[in-house]
Amino acid sequence: MSNETEGTKTIEEASTEEQREMEDKVVSPEKVEEAKLNARYPLLVSRPGGSGLLRKRLQKGQKYFDSGDYNMAKAKMKNKQLPTATTEKAEVTGDHIPTPQDLPQRKPSLVASKLAG
Amino acid sequence: MAGVGGGNDFQWCFAQVKGAIDEDVAEADIISTVEFNYSGDLLATGDKGGRVVIFQREQESKNRPHSRGEYNVYSTFQSHEPEFDYLKSLEIEEKINKIRWLPQQNAAHSLLSTNDKTIKLWKISERDKKAEGYNLKEEDGRLRDPFRITSLRVPVLQPMDLMVEASPRRIFANAHTYHINSISVNSDHETYLSADDLRINLWHLEITDRSFNIVDIKPANMEELTEVITAAECHPNQCNVFVYSSSKGTIRLCDMRAAALCDRHTKFFEEPEDPSSRSFFSEIISSISDVKFSHSGRYMMTRDYLSVKVWDLNMENRPVETYQVHEYLRSKLCSLYENDCIFDKFECCWNGTDSAIMTGSYNNFFRMFDRNTRKDITLEASRESSKPRGILKPRKVCTGGKRKKDEISVDSLDFNKKILHTAWHPKENVIAVAATNNLYIFQDKIN
Repeated sequence: MSNETEGTKTIEEASTEEQREMEDKVVSPEKVEEAKLNARYPLLVSRPGGSGLLRKRLQKGQKYFDSGDYNMAKAKMKNKQLPTATTEKAEVTGDHIPTPQDLPQRKPSLVASKLAG
Repeated sequence: MAGVGGGNDFQWCFAQVKGAIDEDVAEADIISTVEFNYSGDLLATGDKGGRVVIFQREQESKNRPHSRGEYNVYSTFQSHEPEFDYLKSLEIEEKINKIRWLPQQNAAHSLLSTNDKTIKLWKISERDKKAEGYNLKEEDGRLRDPFRITSLRVPVLQPMDLMVEASPRRIFANAHTYHINSISVNSDHETYLSADDLRINLWHLEITDRSFNIVDIKPANMEELTEVITAAECHPNQCNVFVYSSSKGTIRLCDMRAAALCDRHTKFFEEPEDPSSRSFFSEIISSISDVKFSHSGRYMMTRDYLSVKVWDLNMENRPVETYQVHEYLRSKLCSLYENDCIFDKFECCWNGTDSAIMTGSYNNFFRMFDRNTRKDITLEASRESSKPRGILKPRKVCTGGKRKKDEISVDSLDFNKKILHTAWHPKENVIAVAATNNLYIFQDKIN
């Protein structure tokens, strides 16, 4: 008899625990998303590293260029014939070090905005 | 369904769209800022290619008294060029982060435009007359032989085709180590502030070789960095007050009369959060991407990733109003983190009477909230819904279960079509919405 009541109690407890878990899932979709992220990138969630995230933010979009390479390329180009700008646009890899004048994404800025067209 | 902005029968209509239709959008053409001037007659846009385009509203014609003036191109110029920082081996993007108009003081118009590092004051002036009949030179500019001049000729001003010229009058450079995210003109019309991730500087509009640092949150050890400045704005009528928002969802109000360095705030606005609901994403989505004072100066509005909040400056412990922009994204935060969309910086704006607010979302949707009626509406800026003077149909996102006709499901939203920048005319129900490389102008229906 007492076993039965104990049994019933534990079932009730288990169901309230389940309910709470379900409520957690229902009430906090963020936690569900966090679990998903944790599954894919375990270290990311456990060590949020506020400072690391912020430093990533501060550096976002910063593009680096090497002034040493740039100056050496300029010196090299002085000895060679200067190629026309259009052919340079195609090769940005290999021997060619991009110079400010012919970085491909810069060209459109010299053209008028399409909003004004 | 009633629109938002005024009255129950209010409806928004398409008026104009600017920009190319082609699918392949060049990075340089992406609009990065939109701003009406104080009268609303001028509308400026900046793009990633460093260019500024200013539209001017045509005078309402007497022939069509019921049709509002159209916005047509008034001036366009290259504001910023790409640069290199040789010391740090960094490229400096020419993208225009913000444009702010100066109050008009004479016939010319002036604005401030900024990229990550340099702020420029541009003067836009009109020339519609030219002098003809010079005494000492020919029309083509050649000097006349002085011995052949026998009589005095006084130049006369003749009308010419309108020419609009933009010239950079001031260049405010070398004051920011980090990327400038905001500029704001002070109500004293003499000074303005510029804010980057860690510092805020105060400038005088006439002086370019000096600026005063008024906020510095850089820690001595960068490892201890916990938050960055995300936006800043001057109070609209109290010239000693400004606010700045942070990546932790807080806003600090500072009074420049209190101290030269405003590291200690006068007011600190933060909504208490429920610690049990805290997750990895909590801080990221609480980061404020924009802060704007109401025209009255009594309230301010902040935009974080999922909501817009209106704060009463007299109450620091919680906002007075909270509007959900796209709450359905809360269950998509994992993917939005992976594709970086969770870091998108949406702006927000007030209408002229502070009765309504507007902000953008994804899928080229934008949202408007009426503060009085508490009604809200979702509209779309797209070519498909853009028939001349066509009424915009409200859109609805289906969050689960059965999708009704005309609804769009969350998974079908295009997260590459983001509306980050919107502007509301200071006096009328005319709005400008930037959808990637296109600028849409909508206005209320004239009955």
